[in-house]
Amino acid sequence: MRWVTTTNHKDIGTLYLLFALVMFFVGGAMAMVIRAELFQPGLQVVDPQFFNSMTTVHALVMIFGAVMPAFTGLANWLVPMMIGAPDMALPRLNNFSFWILPFAFTLLLSTFFMDGGGPAGGWTLYPPLSLQMGEGFPFLIFAIHLAGISSIMGSINIVVTVLNMRAPGMTLMKMPLFVWTWLITAYLLIATMPVLAGAVTMLLTDKFAGTSFFSAAGGGDPVMFQHIFWFFGHPEVYILILPAFGIISAIIPTFARKPLFGYSSMVYATASIAFLSFIVWAHHMFTVGMPVVGELFFMYATMMIAVPTGVKVFNWVSTMWKGAMTFETPMLFAVGFIIMFTIGGFSGLMLAIAPADFQYHDTYFVVAHFHYVLVTGAIYSIMAAAYYWLPKWTGNMYDEKLGQIHFWVSTVSVNVLFFPQHFLGLAGMPRRIPDYSVQFTDWNVISSVGGFVFGLSQLLFAYVVIKCIRGGEKVDDQVWEGADGLEWTLSSPPPYHSFTEAPQIK
Amino acid sequence: MRKLIGVPTAFLGTAFGSAHADWTLNMTQGVTQTSQSVYDLHMIIFWVCCAIGVVVFGAMIYSMIYHRKSRGAAAAQFHESTTMELMWTVVPIVILVSMAIPATSTLLAMEDTSDADMTIKVTGVQWKWKYDYVDGEGAGISFLSSLHPEHNAARLLGSGVDVAQFGDEYLRDVDNPLVIPTGKKVRFLLTAADVIHAWWVPDLGWKKDAIPGFVNEAWTQVDEPGVYRGQCAELCGKDHGFMPIVVVAKAPEEYATWVAEQQGAAVDAVASVAREWDQEELVARGEQVYASSCAACHQLNGLGVAPAFPAIAGSAIATGDTAAHIDLVLNGKAGTAMAAYRDILNDADLAAVLTYQRNTWGNAAGIIQPAAVQAAR
Ligand code: HEC
Ligand code: HEM
Ligand SMILES: [Cu+2]
Ligand SMILES: [Cu+2]
Repeated sequence: MRWVTTTNHKDIGTLYLLFALVMFFVGGAMAMVIRAELFQPGLQVVDPQFFNSMTTVHALVMIFGAVMPAFTGLANWLVPMMIGAPDMALPRLNNFSFWILPFAFTLLLSTFFMDGGGPAGGWTLYPPLSLQMGEGFPFLIFAIHLAGISSIMGSINIVVTVLNMRAPGMTLMKMPLFVWTWLITAYLLIATMPVLAGAVTMLLTDKFAGTSFFSAAGGGDPVMFQHIFWFFGHPEVYILILPAFGIISAIIPTFARKPLFGYSSMVYATASIAFLSFIVWAHHMFTVGMPVVGELFFMYATMMIAVPTGVKVFNWVSTMWKGAMTFETPMLFAVGFIIMFTIGGFSGLMLAIAPADFQYHDTYFVVAHFHYVLVTGAIYSIMAAAYYWLPKWTGNMYDEKLGQIHFWVSTVSVNVLFFPQHFLGLAGMPRRIPDYSVQFTDWNVISSVGGFVFGLSQLLFAYVVIKCIRGGEKVDDQVWEGADGLEWTLSSPPPYHSFTEAPQIK
Repeated sequence: MRKLIGVPTAFLGTAFGSAHADWTLNMTQGVTQTSQSVYDLHMIIFWVCCAIGVVVFGAMIYSMIYHRKSRGAAAAQFHESTTMELMWTVVPIVILVSMAIPATSTLLAMEDTSDADMTIKVTGVQWKWKYDYVDGEGAGISFLSSLHPEHNAARLLGSGVDVAQFGDEYLRDVDNPLVIPTGKKVRFLLTAADVIHAWWVPDLGWKKDAIPGFVNEAWTQVDEPGVYRGQCAELCGKDHGFMPIVVVAKAPEEYATWVAEQQGAAVDAVASVAREWDQEELVARGEQVYASSCAACHQLNGLGVAPAFPAIAGSAIATGDTAAHIDLVLNGKAGTAMAAYRDILNDADLAAVLTYQRNTWGNAAGIIQPAAVQAAR
């Protein structure tokens, strides 16, 4: 009962993180089905319709069920501890926004048992295809609404907490970057989630209420859906990465034993990324037949976004430069993040070149791109954060040896999994297909093998986390020699109500 | 130990199916000027990324080797430098602007569909393509192009067929390829009948969405005769992975011969609408049409896939009033996957497939003449 009614930021943070971990394995299991089917040409495991629902639900679960709740969980745990507050500003809202999620995802997954099966039109839900879904369609839309409401409430809570609950002397420009990036992320969420909600509601009325927002036969426009969707969707991809930037900006200085390079430029870079993310959406739609000036505008704007992203990477590297580095598991994941996220950034830059995107678009090249930024980006940052803060949260050190094994097995296998997908895309393999021409066999075999190893190695992560929660070598308050910030002044584990008295800020 | 290594190796050995080892790494240069300029852009931006990568990763690796605590490194405490910040803002901007210039000119050239020698309308239909030669040499030719029937049988779950025998053409071969003349600027008008598809042949250098209710434009000019393969690139439902595209580029004389053959067939088709057909003839032709156009949903056995696709065997519509049957297939049913076949099949094919449905799997509901379909339009 404590867990159901809790309004404590740490309890709710834990619930979010556990939920995210469960969803990570649910989505991961679907990815294993996908890779098993693609292991060989010809259909061996599932039929095409089910395959499509696997890709669709895998993406929805990973984005809305794993990465976003994990970040919200981290924010719940860390924001009050980082700004010197006792708890979140709106504790009851906090409880509610978490408890919506299990219902949302139960609804989503229950569509698999309805007539017509789970959603199979892609996570992007493009009509008219998405409207061909069977009886599960309204349940899908309702699940998306619920997840969206949960995100909006969580974001409001974070904004209010950050703006009102800072300890005296904690000016905005003294806040840790994790708090900054989450503050900006929360604004992105509040701005874009209602747009998604509007778009899916229009789908719902098109299907059931006889409107034709997106049906050309009734005077509507199927491409308009894509504009609305990506007006949400591109900021969404930054929602999935800005908190990661904050995490990495906390970890690198700790293990380099050197202050973060260019703090204020990091803040400005985050803000400009957030702004630019609203004016690049149609780079996902270069092939829909926009007027050529539109294509040019979105190409230039997208290329611009690489500049502030680059600034961040350069700042991290400069933070490492001339430090005194050690490589414990959180640092390994953080360094892995910088290198592999940058690889994803490079392929992003290539995709931004509209004429080249006419070849890359909707191929495995794009699949490789967004998995480099999402798996070795967002997910790696979450793993880094887990290893970094778990000792603080539990008072126990995790098993360093197993952590390092987890890192190395994951890093080798994730590259075996995703790097060859660049080659597949360039060679001409489209995405979202259950079967492929024999010429694509070799790299698919490699990729699937990497996928199975990566999938299995995440069980090790779950084991390390559980082991650490249950016990281990006790840690002191500082935990990491080079760590800096208010959370490290609290005991390990921290008191139930973080700062009952406002701390002194230097 | 040997055994431990042996098993996975043997497993992978069979998995690769060595007969068709093909470790392609890079984008095709294609066979058009457009595809060549796209390839060049791709390589420039690729090398730019590599160069930046060498600098950034080089600095990281150097630092990770030499600035370790275990080597006795003491941490410096600098944390700001406006010069550096300015430099790594300005230098990337310069690089990006120099990238944007060639990209812009390529894009403008790709979008310029003026002065075409001929026009072909491409319609995406779940899950095949329809080609209509709208103007230029061959105007009036019209046909459907779907996955080669042998591949279509082999790709089914549990078919037991080893698809490796089809080699690189597996899932990339069709019954009726699109034929174009070499050395001519061919303009494409792309649209769709049901959901969004995308028409993509990598060797031509682009893909473009085919959207119901909209008409997109694109163009190509192929100078080398040859066979160029691609497939649908936008998720369009169950059989999205099974709607390939084959373009055959023929020298002008051979193209002229092909056009003459096709137009001869078209004249026959027109004549055939006027005459009376007998049931056997209709059913025989209908069987083919059904296999390529309807079986993806209603299944070869006529039983459909409940609840998404209804059975035709014993269906009230397919055994009832002919007018209702003709109307449903001509006009489709809005809001469902049942598309309007009015612009997809000709009168003879429609009459044939309707008759086939009415007289197979235990149905026995009389014949429909091409003339009746024509009258119902
Ligand atoms: C993309 C899938 C698809 C294809 C291909 C398709 N149909 Fe259908 N068909 C449907 C669906 C879905 C329905 C049910 C429509 C409804 O809800 O009334 C249907 C219904 C029908 C019915 C009425 C059955 C009944 O008893 O309700 C007939 C007759 C029919 N189709 C004929 C055809 C013919 C002839 C072709 C080929 C030229 C064809 N269909 C191709 C999806 C398809
Ligand atoms: C340097 C920065 C980046 C650039 C220039 C960039 C550019 C692009 C472009 C142009 C596409 C569309 C490709 C296509 O469909 O043809 C794309 C797709 C995508 N990007 Fe990025 N990107 C960048 C960073 C990111 C980040 C940080 C994330 C998320 C963490 C991300 C996630 C995605 C996703 C999920 C898609 C695929 C969406 C889909 O079609 O399902 N990208 N990117
Ligand atoms: Cu984007
Ligand atoms: Cu398709």
